[in-house]
Amino acid sequence: MSQKLNIAPEVFAYMEHVTGTDGVAVRVNLSKEKIEKINQICNSFNNDAGELINVLHETQHAFGYLPAEVQDVIAHNLHLSVAQVYGVVTFYSFFSMIPKGEHPISICTGTACYVRGAEKVLEEFKKELQLKVGETSADGKFSINCLRCVGACGLAPVVLVGEKVYGRVSPDGVKAIIGEYKK
Amino acid sequence: MIELTIDKKKVRVEPGTTILKAARQVGVEIPTLCHFELCDMGIENKPGGCRICVVEVEGRRNLQPSCITEVQEGMVIKTHNVRVLNARTTVLKLIISDHPFDCLVCAKSGECELQSLATQFGIRSLPYEGEQSHYRKDTSPSIIRDVDKCIMCRRCEMMCNDVQTVGALAAVNRGFMSVVAPAFEMNLVDSPCTYCGQCVSVCPTGALTEVDHTNDIIRALSDPTKTVVVQTAPAVRAALGEEFGLPPGALVTGKMTAALRELGFDYVFDTDFSADLTIMEEGTELLQRIRRHLAGDSTVRLPILTSCCPGWVNFFEHNFPDLLDVPSTAKSPQQMFGAIAKSWFAEKIGVDRKDLVVVSIMPCLAKKYECQRDEFKTDGNPDVDFSISTRELAAFIKQANIDFLNLPDEDFDDPMGESTGAGVIFGNTGGVIEAACRTAYELHTGRSLEKVDFHALRGMEGIRSATVDFDGLQLNIGIAHGLGNARKLLDEVRAGTSQYHAIEIMACPGGCIGGGGQPYHHGHSEILAQRAAALYTEDERKTIRKSHQNPSIVRLYDEFLGHPGSQKAHNLLHTEYFPKSNEVSIHLNGHNGQ
Repeated sequence: MSQKLNIAPEVFAYMEHVTGTDGVAVRVNLSKEKIEKINQICNSFNNDAGELINVLHETQHAFGYLPAEVQDVIAHNLHLSVAQVYGVVTFYSFFSMIPKGEHPISICTGTACYVRGAEKVLEEFKKELQLKVGETSADGKFSINCLRCVGACGLAPVVLVGEKVYGRVSPDGVKAIIGEYKK
Repeated sequence: MIELTIDKKKVRVEPGTTILKAARQVGVEIPTLCHFELCDMGIENKPGGCRICVVEVEGRRNLQPSCITEVQEGMVIKTHNVRVLNARTTVLKLIISDHPFDCLVCAKSGECELQSLATQFGIRSLPYEGEQSHYRKDTSPSIIRDVDKCIMCRRCEMMCNDVQTVGALAAVNRGFMSVVAPAFEMNLVDSPCTYCGQCVSVCPTGALTEVDHTNDIIRALSDPTKTVVVQTAPAVRAALGEEFGLPPGALVTGKMTAALRELGFDYVFDTDFSADLTIMEEGTELLQRIRRHLAGDSTVRLPILTSCCPGWVNFFEHNFPDLLDVPSTAKSPQQMFGAIAKSWFAEKIGVDRKDLVVVSIMPCLAKKYECQRDEFKTDGNPDVDFSISTRELAAFIKQANIDFLNLPDEDFDDPMGESTGAGVIFGNTGGVIEAACRTAYELHTGRSLEKVDFHALRGMEGIRSATVDFDGLQLNIGIAHGLGNARKLLDEVRAGTSQYHAIEIMACPGGCIGGGGQPYHHGHSEILAQRAAALYTEDERKTIRKSHQNPSIVRLYDEFLGHPGSQKAHNLLHTEYFPKSNEVSIHLNGHNGQ
């Protein structure tokens, strides 16, 4: 069953992305398979409320993001309120309620990459794609995120697109990287 | 036992005691802010977050928060040296630096714990400048959230999640952006909030307050075309005096009645009257269900649950939509009063219901929502127009320059002011079911009940049970107060393991005497016990203590309703419930025994 909910305007910006409706956001119905998957993850942590962060990690790994209805199922399984689950999701920047792009771009802003110019690389990606950190492009192809250290400091500054690692990236090389995925 | 020294005083305490509690034993009061406790009820909030309660422990480098630091053998503690006082002042100034300075117009002014601390610490200026966090105001039918005033003490979150298991509020976001909010930052009206108001009763500042209807009432009182009727709930008379400096548990029924008359109400009536009426309807329904059950009718659902408490009604509509046929269909006393006032009484005095304004004085914030529910309106006109809390009434009396303490004791008006002792105890946990037993016993056995006091049903434990003997018919009775306790009994009902014939539930700890609209208790649980004792005293003083013997109730049935459970009674005094589940998952996910 899907339900209509009046969502606060600030959140609606996020929800709209998920549902594509306007005025009132509609919680999309989760398929039986997706609910099974969440249940399986929760079960693997014995539905223990103390394992919430691990459950969220695994679930985000499986779905790419943590939409409202996914949080609902997790809260139910772990005997927490949805408000508390949402509290944890919004506390840690790693968790996202926005679906990542088909090609998620992660720019390392750890210390080594930072001192070798990661900031300028990030700015270039933002300019090229017209996106802010944490956003996903309208066609769903790209999203930009920052992360801290992938353990490849010798290659700094480092950028990840999906699982692929790009080392010694300069602002001039950004266009070419994006170009690889534009086809 | 552990021995330690606090401010040069030796103290011996149990292991596991916090420094804060050890200090209290030797009369050293350490200031606190986020810490909150209702000790008799096992309710405690100690996130150790605000750091107002820091003390110096000899041998430890940093100051320690006394509310969460446990005592150790031989500890030497200083609770008010210069280092400690400076730290507290700094903490306080930092908290205030992100708090609005609108104390003059704040609903919490005079009761605000942050304001009291600022006074206690003599804060006269702030060294910190810069941005303050801002968030939208959220207004529901009962509660206003103004989180700009929130200091993130998490008391409301503890009440809403741990005690009430409602789960409407939690801390969300991070750092400067953090606020207490419903999931996905929805508004309260879209959340599973039951409007029980327990968040409001524990909020130290003005971040959570009630919607104030006093001005609507002043407008009605000033309108010469309106006849304004007021009803006062049982628990109000046991707490209103506190707002005027009287000790907790002082009964001010007579002065309250006089004050309401001074304020200009045309008829001063009593919700105790409709509490008696509730017993007639609910008690009859209880007996009918049990008799049908005993006769082998498998279509009848037991246990029967009381339905007087609107916070409780909201709770089961949200969380137990599959059990909507279990609670009694009887309306709450507030709504029964409204329905009878705008029919029987309106006819009697020849006033059209549109020109009759019914006001209720309630210990409760959920009542504000309840009286706005569509099913309690006729052609858009509500049976109860406005509901205000005990606190709002006290403020109204002060605003009107009434010398409350020197008022004479006056009586309620007839006919809807007449009540019995059974109606009075509706304000206490266990009171509704005790009142029901007094009447159901006599209806069932046809004999007079000799001892009307059912002591087994009284007390402050969160869940209680007792077996009452109706001349061979053994009735198992369950009682829960606090919604977390209610959930436990409801889970049993859902699982089919409940042993009870009847269950009484009240949403607030202690029942209505601990309601979200009562004078702030600031964590003093003895206040709740004193209010409860006051209602039992009022009950004992009454000559008539059984609802079915209330002469006005007898007259109401003779003249107007016929008999309990009649078609007319059903139309006016019974209601239905609606599912309100917000969780998409609840119907889909059956894997873990739910």
